[in-house]
Amino acid sequence: MDQNDINRLRGKTAVVGLAESGCGLASGWSAMEIMATAVHDALDDAGIKLKEVDGVFAATAFHSMAAMSLSEYLGVKPKFADGSQIGGSSFLSHILTAAMALDAGLINVAVVAYGSNQKSAGGFKTISEAMPYEAQYQPRMPVTAYALSAKRYMNEFGATREDLANVAVSARDWALLNPRAYTHQDGPLTVNDVLSARPIVDPLGKLDCCLVTDGGAAVVMTRSDRAKDTKNTPIYLLGAAMEHHHRMISEMPDLVQTSAIESGKRAFSMSGYKPNDMSTIQLYDAFTINTLLFLEDLGFCKKGEAKELVKNNNTGPAGNLKVNTNGGGLSCVHPGMYGLFVTLEALRQLRNASGDDVGQRLDGGWIDNARLSVAHGNGGVLSSQVTNIWGVSDTL
Amino acid sequence: MAENLTGTVGPEQQFKNFLSEGKFMIQRCKSLNKFFFHPRVAFPGSGERDLEWVEASGNGEVYSSSCNRRLPEKGGDFNLSLITLEEGPRMMARVEGIDPDKVEIGQKVKARISSLNGEPAVIFDIV
Repeated sequence: MDQNDINRLRGKTAVVGLAESGCGLASGWSAMEIMATAVHDALDDAGIKLKEVDGVFAATAFHSMAAMSLSEYLGVKPKFADGSQIGGSSFLSHILTAAMALDAGLINVAVVAYGSNQKSAGGFKTISEAMPYEAQYQPRMPVTAYALSAKRYMNEFGATREDLANVAVSARDWALLNPRAYTHQDGPLTVNDVLSARPIVDPLGKLDCCLVTDGGAAVVMTRSDRAKDTKNTPIYLLGAAMEHHHRMISEMPDLVQTSAIESGKRAFSMSGYKPNDMSTIQLYDAFTINTLLFLEDLGFCKKGEAKELVKNNNTGPAGNLKVNTNGGGLSCVHPGMYGLFVTLEALRQLRNASGDDVGQRLDGGWIDNARLSVAHGNGGVLSSQVTNIWGVSDTL
Repeated sequence: MAENLTGTVGPEQQFKNFLSEGKFMIQRCKSLNKFFFHPRVAFPGSGERDLEWVEASGNGEVYSSSCNRRLPEKGGDFNLSLITLEEGPRMMARVEGIDPDKVEIGQKVKARISSLNGEPAVIFDIV
């Protein structure tokens, strides 16, 4: 199969509705209730009735068969469903699978959903099995894995904890502009705040790590011919690709190079656009090291140079690169699996610039004239990498 | 090759059994003359099945390291590193006999078999 065949999915499908639910703290709500609320709100946003949904895609850390449990809860009888679990990037791969199923005519309306009540239910939740050959050493997963990558990165490229801290500072500055962000009222962070935070797994401290919140999200997808007749601005899937090279951190071929190099290359190729064409850049920042790695691996700079890119708040609201404009997993929301929130922010920026009402931001929180967004998901321990490229109609 | 596995044990259990006997063994693919870790039923990526167990030299180098913070009453801070073995493969392990936050990339280490929570485990010391 040549690239033209693969690229036939370009622009064939679009997101026509989106919603989040229960972000922050949702005591008294189950993960399923949070997820289903997001689905109904996303369908309301799209103006599409529940009975039209025939494709269901979901993964959580609470349900071993999430797509089936969600379908039953909603009262939907899907003709195609996918509950593939590749960690936090699952939803970006679900979007690719949904696009394939829509394009093939297997389904007409897909919902991709996530829900978690981890914070109100007691803290970080995982259904990951213990890793053979690692578990006996009692790593504090996933933090230990990302700390091992960060240490190696610092060693290879002469990066410092200050360079990592710059990522957290910029993320917080975005959150201060976003009333939806969990830390919106918390005030700015300084580099020193990040360096002096409680050490978790050196070299990562508490403020190098993402939030632990509740939250759910959902998007509704249709084929593009229908999307243009829905009530909101459709956002088209221009490119999507995934790759993974390991499951356990001890098996990662190179701790400072992720398979985002491959997923990004193929997703951008499918889209016909380059990294620098992106109006907004939404990266899965479960830890500060992630943002540095993904800026490099997706092609925004050369390997080892992201530490320069994030200096002087260049990835903050006043900077040149609009990175994690909701505040990211570090300062906006992180209910255990963050992939769908990366996606929501990529889509919201484009819809806002197209005139849709997707909520209020303080001055500078919305990117004027945004036309293209990259959403990049990460899963496991820098394991699964999935890249989606989204664009408004005139980018087709 | 082996439809019926009754009466045998897989490579993971064999590895553990070797450890219990005080041996740190890794697998080598004979036709490729390449070592790999962790233990598997075939060479990863190309599937060769002509494998043999070889005792590891125990020599290695720190590829990366972390200091996992833990309350003193729960055992205190501990090191967790990735070690590149002299034979080529990499593995997770702890480096002991040094402050857990003082282990640095590139340091030479040597394996010994110790125990963690009652199970035999490969632990490394700074050479």
